[in-house]
Amino acid sequence: MNKAAVMDTEKITLLEGRQHQVYEKKQGAGEVDISCDKTSLSGSVSQRACVFCGSRVVLYPVADAIHIVHGPIGCAAYTWDIRGAVSSGPELHRLSFSTDLQEMDVIYGGEKKLYRSLIELIDHYQPKAAFIYSTCIIGLIGDDIDAVCRKVAKEKGIPVMPVHSEGFKGTKKDGYKAACSALMKLIGTGPTEGIGKYSINILGEFNLAGEAWIIREYYEKMGIRVVATMTGDGRIDDIRRAHGASLNVVQCSGSMTTLARDMQEKYGIPFIRVSYFGFEDMSKSLYDVASLFSDRPEIMERAKEIVRNEIRKYYPEMRKFRAALTGRKAAIYVGGAFKTFSLIKALRTIGMSVVLAGSQTGNKDDYRSLKEMCDEGTVIVDDSNPVELSKFVLEKEADLLIGGVKERPIAFKLGVGFCDHNHERKIPLAGFVGMYNFAKEVYESVMSPVWQFAPRKGGLR
Amino acid sequence: MLLRHTPKEVKEREGLTINPAKTCQPIGAMYAALGIHGCLPHSHGSQGCCSYHRSTLTRHYKEPVMAATSSFTEGASVFGGQANLLQSVETIFSVYDPEVIAVHSTCLSETIGDDLQQITKKAGDDGKIPAGKYVIYASTPSFVGSHITGYANMVVGMTEQFAVSTGSKKEQINIIAGWMEPSDMREIRNLAQLMGVKIILFPDTSDVLDAPQTGKHEFYPKGGVTIEELKSTGDSSFSLALGCMSAEPAAVALDKKCKVPFETLDIPIGLSATDRFIMALSKTAGVKVPSVITADRGRLVDVMADMEQYFHGRKVALFGDPDQIIPLTEFLLDLNMKPVHIVSGTPGMRFEKRMQEILERAPYANFRNGMGADMFLLHQWIKNEPVDLLIGNTYGKYIARDEDIPFVRYGFPILDRIGHSYFPSVGYSGGMRLVEKILGALQDRQDRDALEEKFELVM
Repeated sequence: MNKAAVMDTEKITLLEGRQHQVYEKKQGAGEVDISCDKTSLSGSVSQRACVFCGSRVVLYPVADAIHIVHGPIGCAAYTWDIRGAVSSGPELHRLSFSTDLQEMDVIYGGEKKLYRSLIELIDHYQPKAAFIYSTCIIGLIGDDIDAVCRKVAKEKGIPVMPVHSEGFKGTKKDGYKAACSALMKLIGTGPTEGIGKYSINILGEFNLAGEAWIIREYYEKMGIRVVATMTGDGRIDDIRRAHGASLNVVQCSGSMTTLARDMQEKYGIPFIRVSYFGFEDMSKSLYDVASLFSDRPEIMERAKEIVRNEIRKYYPEMRKFRAALTGRKAAIYVGGAFKTFSLIKALRTIGMSVVLAGSQTGNKDDYRSLKEMCDEGTVIVDDSNPVELSKFVLEKEADLLIGGVKERPIAFKLGVGFCDHNHERKIPLAGFVGMYNFAKEVYESVMSPVWQFAPRKGGLR
Repeated sequence: MLLRHTPKEVKEREGLTINPAKTCQPIGAMYAALGIHGCLPHSHGSQGCCSYHRSTLTRHYKEPVMAATSSFTEGASVFGGQANLLQSVETIFSVYDPEVIAVHSTCLSETIGDDLQQITKKAGDDGKIPAGKYVIYASTPSFVGSHITGYANMVVGMTEQFAVSTGSKKEQINIIAGWMEPSDMREIRNLAQLMGVKIILFPDTSDVLDAPQTGKHEFYPKGGVTIEELKSTGDSSFSLALGCMSAEPAAVALDKKCKVPFETLDIPIGLSATDRFIMALSKTAGVKVPSVITADRGRLVDVMADMEQYFHGRKVALFGDPDQIIPLTEFLLDLNMKPVHIVSGTPGMRFEKRMQEILERAPYANFRNGMGADMFLLHQWIKNEPVDLLIGNTYGKYIARDEDIPFVRYGFPILDRIGHSYFPSVGYSGGMRLVEKILGALQDRQDRDALEEKFELVM
């Protein structure tokens, strides 16, 4: 009666209208011209999220602010403490606040409810600031959340920031922008006395599993002061005086470049883009910062010393992993394209090649650079779906999939190893120690004895 | 202390939910739709909704969860989502080739005013639905009810849109599953088989969300109620709806459409509810209860008796979904425990009435559901009257840690443990599993806290 496995993923063709979001590097394949930055085709099983999701992940780690989701309950429920953005102090960000809009609110508007909620929450929790996220229907029912925020800010004397993150108004990237514009309103409102010249802000680092602490320590060892991390282990007062820093160091290309650009324009603060994944990129990010403070050569000296010591510490172990993993193949499907670059390099360090490289939010330049980096035969995808991912993982005989929550069980069903390079990483993957952790995790997953029991490899005998 | 800010004093809050004990309708509709064989759930709204639901279900089941989205844009919010849905239907059938698409709405599409009935009809009229394939729908606005309401609405959708009455009755009984785990649905089928009763169980997520490792990504796993079976529910002699909130509405709809009489029962969690289920099945199908089942019952009673001293008077705080809370509360009372605090974010008169009946045996209990019934309130209640055990979904772990209370995970979602999708908690053997878990938590605590001289080998 049951029709087993209606679709054979190995024979599936590409989704119509998706040919322009998939590219295979091979001779005669022409230039890479992936159409990205576009919303997913209606009816696709997309792995992507929405504007709200983008704003929420960027602002979430600010730990001494309250984050109120204005809308029906779902958006608050699904984003309640799902990202391990660690705080060294207050943990207000780990609670879930919602106006829980009901039918009557949709008809008569939710402004009053939002106002009352804000007053109650601020009185109770005494936060340093409040972020108000508008969800899909807020724009439609005509709530003027800016007015409510202004009113409450005036009455309570703390910044109350509207975040215009209606889910359908663009892609996750637009959510990053909305978050950046909320941060931009905070920046410049705090004192900058005593910050000094040798200072930076760390942007686009969310302190998952404590990663921002690792990075911060490297810079501080170099003799550089970190004014604000945005937003990992973030504090409102630090953000307010972030304009006092001399340089913005931006990780995760998608989420925070907007803020860096805005700060450059408004405060004349230059920015550089870095990545903390892999020995190569991690070292480069320290050198790049040091070279911008060249009037103090000891900063570069210390950077070199850190790199030397750290690599010496982990190199012997890495050789073991490399010996075991050489020749193995990986498929990468992560959020930002910049991360993909680092991962390709990091995988090469441990002897692995990349057969599939994709992202949810890459742009044309990203994909052009990706093509440059990849080997022949590598497939490049934008905004992929489970069918495509399964198809390429099997076709290209990958031993490992790197992705997020929705990709994990697919890898395991196919019988290949997995590494979470998204919210659900449990150990820091950034920094030198992070590269070691990454290699160890990849090694443990790829070499796990469990795959030999998979029916695909023979099954019950 | 993550919840260090929770004050003891309970104050009525105006329009604010802190740490919800519910989520929104669409995820329930998605879960229900996954219980149809060869079905692709479709979220008519922004991309994020679909992504969040899939992620949450994936975290709960550790399984791939497939669903498509209309991917609303600004244009859709101005001109309506009809074009997106029509395009979706076309895309889905041409590429993913399901037997049926189960569309649910979202707060966005509902606020815009999209009419799913009209749009799906248009899809049919325009020839976008291939012969032998189906599109069903359920209206699931997030600003009404909870995930339970969404589940119920989608199950109503499958009965209303599939069931037909051919005029000749079949010797079969419908069992409409309230929100329960795939393991529970499998157990219900096992019990019916042991009783020798032919049933149609729907929805049925077993073999969908507890699928084996095959080395392939099965886009449509082998489980789920088939469309043929759903159609034939109109010819069944009787329906048993398991759950007054999540299953009964579909039984009512089926009775209305195809004149199939029904009885609503609690989900068979614990001894008494399982007794009623087994007897109802026996009565409606006219079969005797086989000795394997009475032996199982005997074993449950035996274990309840053996360990009776450990349950007596122990206070429990409980939170979660109506159709699970109702029989679970009753079971706790049968175990001689004291359910002192009970919270559910899901509103509903049927739920409240049933709880009143159950709580006649526990006049001391604090019970609240709907608006204002959240984890913050539960925590405050616990601060005012401490408990020996907390039962609920993963989000209970903050309270359990802060207040140092033994914690049994039960309900949806469970994001940090496995087992719920594999081991049933319905039926007599499911009751034994619950007893084992509750007892394990209490006794582990006793061992942990025991003074050396009181640290016992035999318990």
